[in-house]
Amino acid sequence: MNEEKLEQQNTVTEEEEFELIYERPVHLTETRLHYCPGCGHSTAHKLIAEVVHELGIVTKTIGVAPVGCAVFAYDYLNIDMQEAAHGRACAVATGIKRVLPDKYVFTYQGDGDLAAIGIAETIHAVNRGENILIIFINNAIYGMTSGQMAPTTLPGMKTTTSPYGRDTSSMGMPLKMCELIAPLKGAFYVTRQAVHTATNVRKARKAILNGLKYQTLGKGTCFIEIISNCPSNWKMTPVQTIDFIEKDMIPYYPLGDVKVPKPEDLKQ
Amino acid sequence: MEILETKLMKGNEALAEAAIQAKCDAYFGYPITPQSEVLEYLSREMTVRGGVVLQAESEVASINMIYGAAGAGARVMTTSSSPGISLMQEGLSYIASAQLPCLIVNVNRGGPGLGTIQPSQGDYFQSTKGGGHGDYRLIVLAPNSVQEMADFVFLGFELADKYRNPVLILSDGAIGQMMEKVVFYKRDVVKPEKSWATTGKHPHRERNIITSLFIQPEKMEQVNLSLLKKYKEIEANEVRYEEVNAKDAEFLLVAYGLSSRISHKVVDLARHKGLKLGLLRPITLYPFPTKRIEELVPQLKGAMTVEMNAGQMVEDVRLAVNGKIPVTHYGRMGGIIPSPEEVLEKVEEFISNI
Ligand SMILES: Cc1ncc(C[n+]2csc(CCOP(=O)(O)OP(=O)(O)O)c2C)c(N)n1
Ligand code: SF4
Repeated sequence: MNEEKLEQQNTVTEEEEFELIYERPVHLTETRLHYCPGCGHSTAHKLIAEVVHELGIVTKTIGVAPVGCAVFAYDYLNIDMQEAAHGRACAVATGIKRVLPDKYVFTYQGDGDLAAIGIAETIHAVNRGENILIIFINNAIYGMTSGQMAPTTLPGMKTTTSPYGRDTSSMGMPLKMCELIAPLKGAFYVTRQAVHTATNVRKARKAILNGLKYQTLGKGTCFIEIISNCPSNWKMTPVQTIDFIEKDMIPYYPLGDVKVPKPEDLKQ
Repeated sequence: MEILETKLMKGNEALAEAAIQAKCDAYFGYPITPQSEVLEYLSREMTVRGGVVLQAESEVASINMIYGAAGAGARVMTTSSSPGISLMQEGLSYIASAQLPCLIVNVNRGGPGLGTIQPSQGDYFQSTKGGGHGDYRLIVLAPNSVQEMADFVFLGFELADKYRNPVLILSDGAIGQMMEKVVFYKRDVVKPEKSWATTGKHPHRERNIITSLFIQPEKMEQVNLSLLKKYKEIEANEVRYEEVNAKDAEFLLVAYGLSSRISHKVVDLARHKGLKLGLLRPITLYPFPTKRIEELVPQLKGAMTVEMNAGQMVEDVRLAVNGKIPVTHYGRMGGIIPSPEEVLEKVEEFISNI
């Protein structure tokens, strides 16, 4: 096609003008995401950017990135951020929130980060009822270090360090973090969401919105687990991972609220 | 300076009180002997005087809380003793790389391992050579009195802010526990603006990021080089030391902290006997007074470090002396504090063998 024809084809006449129905969230930078195609991290990032915009709180929000695939979250979220040592995001967030109590503080952590090396910091932050939002991306594997077993790896699931499948008799059962921390008094809102279908994405978005909104109440920690995928290390196509999430992940990690504030708790 | 008050206090308490007066915004710590008085004093005093005090779940947590709070622009401090400081090393490396100003205090006890709760200077290497991973330095201040436990808090915060670098006060179980007179002065404490801190992104500025990750080799090397430049500047400007009879000395003792007090006594005893002994007491262990030792070398016949360890600072003295005169070390360990007479005997033995 010559250039002139191409231009004609691409020119939109006034009658045909499109309605803008989707654009890059304001608080996402223009940097191209480095995540593998089909990875849930990208969707989770987008939701955070959208919610921070919707609440109009970017001038008051500080995020904490983990060590894991999301280590570069601060390259994509146009938000003030700190990058924590592996597992220490909840301690870093505690430090921030304690000196800036009027700001919104959230962590974003993988399962190795939050539930293995950093489980002490996680549990103690929740137990103290730190007024932070913890976003926990559970993809049942160590993504960044190329597919080793995570504390959330499913029984029988093959990883590079459980090559014959996770043997729960010697490797323990996968940790259910929501159920583990929900009984703590410091936990205000605990929910498990997913981002593999449009409906789930909408629900997860709502959860993040609430998780941030509740922070102004000063009544404890909000904890949102997001069941995610890792096509690269699960050795599946993105489409196959959706199936795996439905058939294997969700039966073990049921979606939905584990602890919700009572109506009277929502008063200032 | 106008005196605010004069008190009889433990070293640890004087340090804690100084932190409040230095307008420390937040303190994070975990109990360990012989420094728990700091956490206890601040839990009692700082909370009611408007600061944040939090007993963390571990030293790993405390140092990362320090990272977060310092990154958010606050003036912050943590204290611990040897095993706890070991646990903080990863965090310290991150803090040094992300260039966050903060104050860390090590009330040194005997090791290795769980060791003893008695005083020691066994953490010199860890403090001055970068106990964590990677190429970095802490500014290290070594108080030798309760007064300096207080004074170095003000100095420490000032240097931390000036260079955006973590500062370590390396004390020991004796200085931390002993009671002495301490004077608090009326001071104008100024905290600088921290435009780099993460406080929420405003439309008029780019987002602020606190990180120690520089994955491109070229970028990482640039960061290494800029840190190196800063350390050179610190080495040029911040060396602090004290001398006792060093000007005409033929033999030199080099000692810091508690050992420097004993060594002072040794110098007095030696001078009484007509022995030309002097003392150089490094106040900053990093930057080390290398130049001053070099300057003194031509007049010296030998030097000896007195340390409550197996011989650590002696390596830095040897480097400074560069083989020109004999250098030896005398130390006691296990929490045993050498007596001046014992040290003098060793000095005389050393001299007779030169
Ligand atoms: C102290 C320390 N130990 C180990 C590592 C190596 N490491 C980096 S990321 C990671 C695991 C990441 O897995 P996860 O938290 O599940 O996040 P994902 O990459 O799957 O998103 C590990 C073990 C490290 N950086 N620091
Ligand atoms: S390795 Fe896995 S978790 Fe990491 S970006 Fe790729 S798909 Fe996502």
